[in-house]
Amino acid sequence: MARITYITPDGQQVVVEASSGSLMTAAVQNQVDGIEGACGGVCSCATCHIHIDAAWMDRVGPAGDAEAAMLELEDGSTSASRLGCQVPIRPELDGLTVRVVGR
Amino acid sequence: MSAAQQHCVIVGAGHAAAQLCASLRQAQWPGRITLVGDEPGIPYHRPPLSKSQLHPGADASLQMIRPAEFYAKQQVELRLAQTVQSINRERRTVDVGQTKLPYDTLVLATGSLNRRPPITGIEHPRVFSLRTAADAEALRDQVQDAEHVAIIGAGFIGLEVASALRKIGRDVTVLEMANRVLSRVTSPAVSAYFSSLHREHGVDLRTGVSVSMIQEKEGHLTLLDGDDSVVCRADLIVLGAGARPNDDLARLANLEVNNGILVDEANRTCDPVIFAMGDCCNQFRPLYQTRLRLESVQNAIDQAKIIAAAICGLPLPAETLPWFWSDQYDVKLQIAGVSAGYDECILRGVAKPDSSFSAWYLQRDRLIAVDAINDPRAYVLAGKLILRGARPSPQVLADTGRELKELLSSETRTS
Repeated sequence: MARITYITPDGQQVVVEASSGSLMTAAVQNQVDGIEGACGGVCSCATCHIHIDAAWMDRVGPAGDAEAAMLELEDGSTSASRLGCQVPIRPELDGLTVRVVGR
Repeated sequence: MSAAQQHCVIVGAGHAAAQLCASLRQAQWPGRITLVGDEPGIPYHRPPLSKSQLHPGADASLQMIRPAEFYAKQQVELRLAQTVQSINRERRTVDVGQTKLPYDTLVLATGSLNRRPPITGIEHPRVFSLRTAADAEALRDQVQDAEHVAIIGAGFIGLEVASALRKIGRDVTVLEMANRVLSRVTSPAVSAYFSSLHREHGVDLRTGVSVSMIQEKEGHLTLLDGDDSVVCRADLIVLGAGARPNDDLARLANLEVNNGILVDEANRTCDPVIFAMGDCCNQFRPLYQTRLRLESVQNAIDQAKIIAAAICGLPLPAETLPWFWSDQYDVKLQIAGVSAGYDECILRGVAKPDSSFSAWYLQRDRLIAVDAINDPRAYVLAGKLILRGARPSPQVLADTGRELKELLSSETRTS
């Protein structure tokens, strides 16, 4: 189980508890604004773009090759960018805060 | 009547329907929402049905678009496993079984139906189509005992199924009527790439083949062509022969229909209280200056957002880019835009196995679409350029020594 805080594009904080899936599915299941997960989580659409809190980057880890390529030219992309669908929920992520980039 | 007393009835429970429920509630629309769907469950992601869902060892559970609690929490009334038989536009009711369900706003999200080619014997129980979760489950069960599967049609569904079945070691024959695979959606160069990809993975791929009869002989199915010659034998057959819009209900209600239900920029039909969205509708797209009927997740989602805005009286969202994807073996194809009508196709990179490349489609110098094969950068960049109406330089496009990002600053032709 991990408690994740999502900060939506309009500044709302949504706290979600999840024990499986990804940062994308946990958000979609809880109607977190700005995360769509259109492709269902196969790294095809970038509708789950998030920024990871700097203090958590090491624990979350870097984007994979295909994911990094998707993110490179995406609006709002920074070194803190990840696609939520590529970050599995795991107990070590308990307490994580992410910012939803939205479109 | 106040908005809170309004009743919106959505016919069809696919991706667009789920998105419309979410978008209406997100916009605080207070009215009553009823979702009528003929499948037994809540809306789920359909694309995995032809991919990961066919793997016998894979998690067979469906991926829901929104969890079941969502519909209760957002007060969406679900009428599942129920079919709307007709629309009474004068009385503003739909017939669902014995019930006449009144509506103030009706949204048709009836999707598309698989085309069934005129083949004698197509009704054989070991001939499968793929559209619903039930179809995928039936196919997954039957595939366990099959050694050889024949797939009729080399469109996205046919090729994705071929890929999924090769992964689990089945012998696969793909039969395509046209002279190349994916002929309706891509250029000859990209078709050639996908043909070699499948052949390298052991698929017996044959183009220019038309099946006219299926016969069962000694437990096997035999596929025959128009001259009654045997094309191949198989234990089961999968049809992937394309789809047509499910616009029967609209036609019956005298709504304007022409390759899909005709809708305006707000996705309204010729009846101002009836909307249509997703695969079943056909809309003029300013970006392409033509009517398009698209079968895609993107189209379902974006049109649902348009209708939500229209129902809530909000400004319509800006026109969005059509996009598509297909996963076959370890290859990801991402398509930005619609390439139909291109007059120039420029390849960037070499279309060979284990490489990434992209095909850039221009129409009178303007970029209209890109097929990106294992090349997400090209895909993302293309999306931006297409929406800007860019006219990228063919020299830069074709020269892999030059960064694609150059195109963002200098997007005019040098020739």
